[in-house]
Amino acid sequence: MLSVSLIIFIMSRVSGDPRHIYLDDYSTQEDWDRMGVVLGLDKPYYQQYAIFLKGAVRGDFGESVREGRPVVEVVLERAPATIQLGAVAFLLSVFIGVPLGILSAVKRGTFLDTFGKFVALIGQSAPGFWLGIMMMFFFAVKLGWVPPYGKQDWNSIILPAVTLGWYYAAANLRLVRSAMLDVMDSEYIKLARAKGVNSRTIILKHAFRNALIPPLTFAGVTLGALVTGSLVVETVFAWPGLGRLAIEALFAFDYPLLQGVVITFTLMYITAAFVVDILYAYVDPRIRYA
Amino acid sequence: MAADLSGIVIAPPPRRARAAGVYRKLRRWPVVPVFLLGLVVFAGLFAPLIAPHDPESGNLRERNIPPAWSDGQKAVKTVVERLTISQRTTSVTLSDAQQVDPNIQIGDQIEVFVRPAGSTKFLLGTDHLGRDVLSRVIYGARISLLVSIITLAVGGSIGVTMGLMAGWYGGVVDEFLMRLVDIKLAIPLILIALVLVITLGQSLWIIVTVLCLFIWPRFARQVRGEVLTLKHMDYVSLAKVSGASTPRILFIHIFPGTINTLIVVATLQVGIVILLESTLSFLGAGVPPPTPAWGSMVADGRDKLAGGVWWISTFPGVAIMITVMSLNLFGDWLRDTLDPRLRQLE
Repeated sequence: MLSVSLIIFIMSRVSGDPRHIYLDDYSTQEDWDRMGVVLGLDKPYYQQYAIFLKGAVRGDFGESVREGRPVVEVVLERAPATIQLGAVAFLLSVFIGVPLGILSAVKRGTFLDTFGKFVALIGQSAPGFWLGIMMMFFFAVKLGWVPPYGKQDWNSIILPAVTLGWYYAAANLRLVRSAMLDVMDSEYIKLARAKGVNSRTIILKHAFRNALIPPLTFAGVTLGALVTGSLVVETVFAWPGLGRLAIEALFAFDYPLLQGVVITFTLMYITAAFVVDILYAYVDPRIRYA
Repeated sequence: MAADLSGIVIAPPPRRARAAGVYRKLRRWPVVPVFLLGLVVFAGLFAPLIAPHDPESGNLRERNIPPAWSDGQKAVKTVVERLTISQRTTSVTLSDAQQVDPNIQIGDQIEVFVRPAGSTKFLLGTDHLGRDVLSRVIYGARISLLVSIITLAVGGSIGVTMGLMAGWYGGVVDEFLMRLVDIKLAIPLILIALVLVITLGQSLWIIVTVLCLFIWPRFARQVRGEVLTLKHMDYVSLAKVSGASTPRILFIHIFPGTINTLIVVATLQVGIVILLESTLSFLGAGVPPPTPAWGSMVADGRDKLAGGVWWISTFPGVAIMITVMSLNLFGDWLRDTLDPRLRQLE
């Protein structure tokens, strides 16, 4: 966390002085210095970093240069949109990827399996931004079923969420499928079959729980990567979330805001990883008792 | 009584069986992906020879021409002498109309092309600056190939070295290197790329650097795992006993054992590198324009979609998808063939 904060700090200082944007040619050296004092840019870098850290620990990231409001306020305003989008995309990736993965493992070699492979292949090969644009063109511009961009009605979340979730649905599908195939091959499944347990119970109770482990490991990575994905998808769909905020802050040289957004991203990632670790122990008793 | 067999002819294998044979071969060998990859590499290598037009300059008179197979769009307009902006959608000027019909008078109705039909001169149409989309797609392959080769070479070597060291020395070195891997996972790399681009300007080297930062941990992790098993092998102990230096053991004795894994990881990573590269170009952090890169071409066509100009964005995207898809399929095949243990690796 500390190292991340340092990298963020360096990153934001390296990107340029905000005064270049907010002051024009008519500003005097005096204006320049005064703004420096206000923004804390007059102190040496190590002091700036210490101030930044001290504030960050207390949840205070300073004021956004562009908006003149506390960073926390701006971030909190935008965060729900991103969390919504991320959650829907994550749920999509799980509820489409996992069942399709199970089905294509159980009904191996059938039409369903081929269909699953196709979905996975597209999801893993098509770049998200392109997929988003194409879907926007067909479903919003041509067919007019959903709004093309922005966040208005409930249905405006569909396209961004599908765009964001498809890649991870594909990854989940492949993971679940190969894990299921491995598990279905194991001795205890054969034993259960020999005992005469019906195949639905075998699949859901015996095989599925064990096949959950690799996708769960992956879920941690997914949640982190959804953040990066949101940068792209929110840009494509003009979704008013943190991803777009980060890019806006970046182009406005709004250091405090950028730092705040990235720290929020990191926090979200760490929380997600933590939750996954707990779930992990729940699904796999070997970890609990170890 | 002997059966009368004279009417029986041994049938040649039915066509369906032969088709099934071809299908089976296609499933066993990655013919299609390798062919498509070959096509992309060929396009990249010989771009100047096969591209029909200059990818970086176009004629503005020939902008937004649709692909060769599409029809133009016609509309009836009134001929006027001078055109005001508000009349633009309903009227044409006399001189323009006379190119279609020399006898036309002011005030007449005339049917003209609102959007030209596609022509074989530009197979995939032209973009908003009149540049040939096909040529740009062909040249775009160069950037993707160049970036992925450099990234793999540099990022891969860093990752392998780190992985060898982490696995071999263990302890603090291992701990430190694996922490670095964790940090990488927690940072939105695209943001770093954008910061670098804003600071230093767009260039190929920034993308390559960022992508190297992105891929080395994958290699490091995989190699580290392999080293952990390999270092307890008898032949490694033997090498140690006979006095081989550590670098020698690592690179001559252990490294070859990881090559199978590396080939698989590398193939699957190239796909990801190409996807990331195109994402960066899409966000404006790629190679500077007018050099054609697939990602930035998609970005170029993005705001033209609403006007029905779909081809600028579509074709480069298809190119990315086909390339990455082939790489994934080929990588899967390699993995199953070289090292089925890696099946869980994504």
